[in-house]
Parts: sequence; structure tokens; C-alpha cells
Amino acid sequence: MKQLLKSAFIVFLMLTVLTGVMYPLAITGVARMLFSHRANGSLLVKDGREIGSEFIGQPFDDPRYFWSRLSATGPFPYNASASSGSNYGPLNPALKQAVEARIKALRAADPGNDAPVPVDLVTASASGLDPHITVAAAQYQAIRVARQRGWPEAQVEQLVAQFTEGQQWGMLGERRVNVLKRKNVDLSQVR
Amino acid sequence: MTTSGWIQITIYMVVLLLLVRPLGSYMARVYEGERSFVTPLLGPLERFLYRLGRSFGLRPDAEMEWGSYAIAVLLFNFLGFVFVFGVERLQQFLPGNPQHLTNVSPDLAFNTAVSFISNTNWQSYAGESTMSYLTQMLALTSQNFLSAATGMAVLAAVIRGFARQSASTLGNFWADVLRSVVYILLPLSVVFAILLVSQGVVQTLSAPHTVQLVQPTVDASGQTVTQQTIAVGPVASQEAIKMLGTNGGGFFNVNSAHPFENPTPLTNFLELLAILLIPAALCYTFGSMVKDTRKGWAILAAMVAMFVILLGVTVWAEQTGNPSMAALGVDTAPGDLQAGGNMEGKEVRFGITNSALWATATTAASSGSVNSMHDSFMPLGGMVPMWLMQLGEVVFGGAGSGLYGMLAFVIIAVFVAGLIVGRTPEYLGKKIEAYEMKMASIMVLVPVVVVLIGAAIAVVIPAGVRAVSNPGAHGFSEILYAFSSAGNNNGSAFAGLGSNNFFYNLALGLAMLFGRYWSAIPALAIAGSLVRKKKAPEGAGTLPAQGPLFVIWLISVVVIVGALSFFPALALGPIVEHLQLR
Repeated sequence: MKQLLKSAFIVFLMLTVLTGVMYPLAITGVARMLFSHRANGSLLVKDGREIGSEFIGQPFDDPRYFWSRLSATGPFPYNASASSGSNYGPLNPALKQAVEARIKALRAADPGNDAPVPVDLVTASASGLDPHITVAAAQYQAIRVARQRGWPEAQVEQLVAQFTEGQQWGMLGERRVNVLKRKNVDLSQVR
Repeated sequence: MTTSGWIQITIYMVVLLLLVRPLGSYMARVYEGERSFVTPLLGPLERFLYRLGRSFGLRPDAEMEWGSYAIAVLLFNFLGFVFVFGVERLQQFLPGNPQHLTNVSPDLAFNTAVSFISNTNWQSYAGESTMSYLTQMLALTSQNFLSAATGMAVLAAVIRGFARQSASTLGNFWADVLRSVVYILLPLSVVFAILLVSQGVVQTLSAPHTVQLVQPTVDASGQTVTQQTIAVGPVASQEAIKMLGTNGGGFFNVNSAHPFENPTPLTNFLELLAILLIPAALCYTFGSMVKDTRKGWAILAAMVAMFVILLGVTVWAEQTGNPSMAALGVDTAPGDLQAGGNMEGKEVRFGITNSALWATATTAASSGSVNSMHDSFMPLGGMVPMWLMQLGEVVFGGAGSGLYGMLAFVIIAVFVAGLIVGRTPEYLGKKIEAYEMKMASIMVLVPVVVVLIGAAIAVVIPAGVRAVSNPGAHGFSEILYAFSSAGNNNGSAFAGLGSNNFFYNLALGLAMLFGRYWSAIPALAIAGSLVRKKKAPEGAGTLPAQGPLFVIWLISVVVIVGALSFFPALALGPIVEHLQLR
């Protein structure tokens, strides 16, 4: 028993140092050397100022911008230090209320557009930080953005097409549009 | 279901199954102490650790009987518990805490320590706002390795119980754990972590970044918010082993749904692959070590068949979506432009297919990581993950623990078959007798009892019910899911349940301990009994434990035990909720 206890101590100690100190520090070092931009959070810089990360969404509700998905983080949407989903079950009345409120807001910003709203635009993402919307959600908003900015629709639709990310390697994941990285950063430049 | 969805699932299954044999035979060499192509690279590290250990009395060559092996497991995991608990309780006094997080409360520290030593990785906390960088690396990342290695070592010992004959010992726990880490988990994690960083998973010790929002927003109290503080940390190193070791404890609150844990479809594919990789390959390791690979393939075939069928149910439920949405004016139809379906609690880059695939894989294996919020799944879409856990985490299951759990079902299956046809039940030439049956029954029944009694207590006491966040049957599902997850060492959650309180931290902590050790120790006891027996040569009267008949029989036993145990409870939760949909 004493022999076992002594062995337990030394094996635990050795493996904890190996996997809990040396391994993460070595990965940190290599990551910094090879992929320092990625390892540091893939930050987007505009005019020398950090305006966000390409992987972390931001809230938008100005009709001139493309809107992101709903976010359930507290106390404000897209709080990137408190990731969270809504965890609403499919029959939860709060889910229905959130969807209805969102549809109302979208239609108020875009009078006359009574088309069915793409589902990702009325639901909260898992992380509360989803940087993407679907192509359908981008096209749904393109007319509004064009009208608000006094641009021809074709120009905004071309922007959407240009900034659509395909499936990775042509087969993995879903087609999508990064709201912050592409569209709104570009749009805010030409405001 | 969409064409693209079918293609992605097919690619996933094909790549997974192609890797089973190479990795499985490699792991067999590791546990048989043989050299392989990586020995020149990793052998020096192993020998260095042995040399260091020997100067403190470690004897990695000394064979252990099952009792000593079990005590070694318990001591090693107990030290892990004390260490994780201690680091959490002291983190504000320790370095590596740029966010100045305070010490973790005693009940949460207990729950988390149990959770990480038992390979459950249930999380009652939000990682980015509770655990310092030091705690995440030193205490949690290390236990991701060591709890997985413990499960794999126990499996190696159990396999030796079948492989050896007229012997008394099962190997050396210290050597098995060390070799699991040095030759399997660590090298895979290093490569995987670097790949993850290249795709955008963060890996840094700097404090969170504060950036200016492009468009300011308002918070719940009406205050204008102009900045976003982006939590980062040493994520990739933890993410890699979290996925490979069927751990599942995320760096962030939302686990692999967080863009910094799982930023692209490629990271999602690789992480998904990592969930099932080791549990699937260990089936081949088993076959290889008992010198009858057909036995390993038969078990794997049973796992794959159950997995694929249940995956189909989840994908169907989530792709069909919420019927109340259409009436509100929402477009849920799948097509080229959107995944459609039930997108509440899912990420656009993963859509329906990859969210449903993950939910099924993570609960088939005892990973418990999530890339979507299971609480927001459709009733039947959420029932599949819950039931996969309730089956005892044997459809792939945990690293090591899944296969020794499945071997308990194999013992029960051959015993029942033996009774039916009136022959002495045997498996791999070893007679299955009363002692093995008793131990196998304990392994199967203890988690069932823990889940049902735990959930029953929680629904009758105020502290249990208060934590529920969804009304109606779904609220009951949240509780049942929590105990199913803890009692079978999965770790995923219907996360609306507010489980960070004294009752749940204690109750789920105990459930995790029972689930883990009342499975590992009886498994070792079976091995200790089998290893003494002679192997009878297979004859014309031997019931073949391979081939389609055996696979179907094994599936039936697993499904019948799981269905009989849990159908009444499931009827009160997801089934009634499904009937309320309109």
C-alpha cells in the first residue's frame, strides 16, 4: 500500500507537469511562432484600431447595416466574455415571444417586405457570438440596406455574393456570410 | 435531409472507420509494450519518466493483480481530485490569473474536481468567467489527459484478462497510464492543437482584448455599451485533449459552439472525428490483443449500427424543425441558401447536419462536448442524446470505459444466449459464470439506479425544481438529462438547468463518482476472475461471438436493457413534449 501511494504521487506529479505545464506552454510557444495572428484571436484592425475579431460577432440593429443573429448573452447581446445560448425549449413561450419581437423589428425596419424571414435571423445562436448569417438572411436584408443607403440593389447583392463563404473544401459545413468581417466593416467605410 | 448533409455524414463515417485499424493496431502495440515507428521519438521521454520514477520507488515492470490495479486507479484519481480541488480553491492567490478571478466555491470545486477525474467534465460553471488560465491548464487540461489515460489503462487490464490464461496478473497500472499519455494522447494532442490554432482556435496567455464595437448597443438596464471584451486563453491545448480523450469540458461556457473553440467547418470535422476516434479504434485494439480481430469488429459493428440509426432520428427531428415557426412567418425550409430546420441554439457555420451529428456522437461517446445547445433541440432530437447516455455510454462510450462497459453487455449477451440454447456460456474460450455475471450486472445497473433515483429526488425537492428554466415536460427533461449525463460520465447538459448550487453540485458529483468507479472496479474484478481461467478451444458447440447474428443479439440486449429501464421516464419528458408539438 505504501509502495502504491508513493508510486501514485510520483506518477501523478510527473504527468501533471508534463500535460498541465509543459504541454500547454509548448503549444503556446509554437502557436505564437507559426500562427501568431490566429493564436491571438484573429483581430480585425481598421485605421490602427482593433474593432473586433473575425470569429466573434457583434450586435447590429441599424437598418443601414446587415443585422446579426439574436444573441442570448447577458447583460448585453454579443458579450464576448459571457458566451451563452438561450436554452429555450421548442415549446417555451419565451421562444415564441423572441421570434415575434424579432420579426416585428425586421419588418419595421423594412416596411413592405413581408417575405418569410430566414430562420437563423429570428433565432439565438448557440454561442451568442455567431459571426455568421446564412446567405438567405443576407439576401433578405440586402434590399433594405440598399434602400437605406440609396444604392442600387444590384450593388448590395453583388456585395453579398462577393462575401459569401462557401463550404470549406467544397463539402464541409454550410455556406454563410460573416456579418462583421466583410459586410459591415466594408459598409462602415463608405458610410 | 439534404444531399450535402448525407455527403458530410458519409465522409465522416468513412474517414472514422478507415482510421480504426491503423490506430487500433498501434494502440495494441503500445499496451503490449512493443516498439513502433514512434519509439525513436517518444521512447526517450518514456525512459526518462521511468528513470525519474524509479528513484522514488516506482516499479513499472511489476505485474499487478486486479485488486492492486484497482487500488492504484483509486489512489491516482484521488490525488487528482485533491489537486484540482486545491487549485480551484486557491486560484486567486496563484499566478496565471490575468482576469483576477476569485476562488471557486467549495461545492462547485468539489463538483468540478469529481467531474474532471471521472472523465465526465460536467460543467456547472462558465469557464471564461470562473476558471483562471492556470486552473484551466494545470488542473483541468492535465486531468483531461489523466482521466482518459485511466480509462484506457483499465481497458488494457480488462483486455489482458481475456487474452491471458491461467495467470493472475493484469499488467501494471503506472506503465499503462504513462504509456497511454506518452505514446497516444500527448502526440495526437500536440498535432491536433497546432492544426486547431492554424484555423483560428486561440492559444495565448494574454488578458482578454477590449475592442470598440462597430455599432454601439444597449444593455439590459438601458446603458449604452460601446466596447466588447473578448475572452481568450490557452484554448487550443485544452481543446485538443478535450476532444481526443472523450472529456468534453470546454474552455468557454458554450463549449465547442464558441467560435474560439471551433471556428470553422474544418475544425468541426476534426473535433467530431476526435470524439469517436479512440473509442472506435480501441475495438480493434481489443481484437488484436485477444488475437481474434473478428471479435473487435463485431463489437464495433454493433456500435456503428446503433449510432447510424439514432443519428438518423436526430437529423430528421432537427431538420424538420419547429412546427410553430411557419405560422409566425419564418422560413425553415432547407435549400442552397440556408440549412433551415430548428436553428435555435445552433451556429450558422454548422447548420443542422453538423449540429445533429455532433449531438449524437458526443453522447454516443462519453465526450459531452457540444457545438449546439441540446436544451433547444426538438423533443425527439434531444431524446436521442439523452437515451444514448442512458444506454450506459457503450455505443463507442468513453476512452477505454466505453469498451469495458460494452464488454459487460457482451458477457450478459452470451450468458443469456447460453441459457436460451442450454450451453455453458463462454466468450473467447473463457467460461462466463455467476461471478462474471454479477459483476457485469453491477456495471449495467448501478448507472441506471443512480440516474433514476437521482432524478426522482431532484423532482420532489424545491432545490431540484427551482433550477429548471423551461416550463412543462421540458423542465423534467432538463433534470433527467442532467442525471443521465452525470451517472454515465458524459458531461453534456440541457444547459438551461441552473446547476451551480449546493444540491446539484453535490448530487451530480456523487452520481459521477458512482457511475465511474462502480463500472471500472467491477470491470477489473471480471478481468481478475477471467485471467485465472483456461481458454477452452472453440468447437462445433461454441456460440460464435461474431457475425451478424451476434451483432444483432448484442444490439438487442443493449437496447432492451436501455428501453426497459428508461422508457417510463422518457415518456414523461421528451415523448410527452413531442405529442404537444403542433
